[in-house]
Amino acid sequence: MVESTHETCEGLLGSLSDYIDGDLGAELCRQIEKHIAECEDCRIVVDTTRKTIDLVHASNDPQTGLPDDVRNRLYKRLNLDDYLKPSAK
Amino acid sequence: MVETIIQDISIEALRNGDRAEFAQLVDAYSAPIYRLGLRMLGNEQDAEDVLQNTFLSALTHLPAFEGRSSVLTWLYRIAVNEALMILRRGKPEVNIDDTDSSDDNDQISPTQFVDWSALPEDELLSAEGKQALDTAIRNLPENLRMVFLLRDIQDLSIKDTADTLNLTEVNVKVRLLRARLLLREQLSYYYGERMKKEKSNG
Repeated sequence: MVESTHETCEGLLGSLSDYIDGDLGAELCRQIEKHIAECEDCRIVVDTTRKTIDLVHASNDPQTGLPDDVRNRLYKRLNLDDYLKPSAK
Repeated sequence: MVETIIQDISIEALRNGDRAEFAQLVDAYSAPIYRLGLRMLGNEQDAEDVLQNTFLSALTHLPAFEGRSSVLTWLYRIAVNEALMILRRGKPEVNIDDTDSSDDNDQISPTQFVDWSALPEDELLSAEGKQALDTAIRNLPENLRMVFLLRDIQDLSIKDTADTLNLTEVNVKVRLLRARLLLREQLSYYYGERMKKEKSNG
């Protein structure tokens, strides 16, 4: 990171999660956007961190159900066999 | 994940031992609990143990459930404890408490400044790319990984993550940031190397 804006780079890093999650106020967002327009390293850190989280979400398929055999054993262990419905998959 | 979960489970019926209601609870939450176990422990057998033990424990403790947290948070808390017990079998030093915060104040300074964010999606989400991501997540220190899994993978709020792990919200935020920055470092290194290779191959 560039030496002359070291403090601002550190400040940006502290607010990075809140910024990416959209939990930061408008004024702080504006300050960060102004900073990353001038600081290429911080711009890269923001973009690649955001992309990292996007990739985590994209590769995590929430529709992945429980494997049928795991489900059957679970219901059996809990004595819930009679409630075993066909898998929703 | 949370959006697939039905909202109309009656705590009262669960407390009174209503089996149909309990079956509904199992039906709604077993997949996310299993995925959490799989992510935490990395193998299917341990994940299945976590799943079964979580609902067995829930069954035992439901009469005492006061409903101060959501059922999901409560189940996650049980699942996390079950998973930690399995993890500690091999590594007794595993600790995620607030007191284990000696390194929480150390800021992680980025060292990799390769811009790989504009690489095409099919390259980023290739089988090899996904494997690099999984490895990076597995390599996170335990106390950071737990926070990351609950917040960024299971999609819990900061507050629910804090409640589940018995941490303060500030602590969750600090650990989440560290986890994200560590992952970013590892992925930057990985994609940086790939970009270099592609360049040298013309």
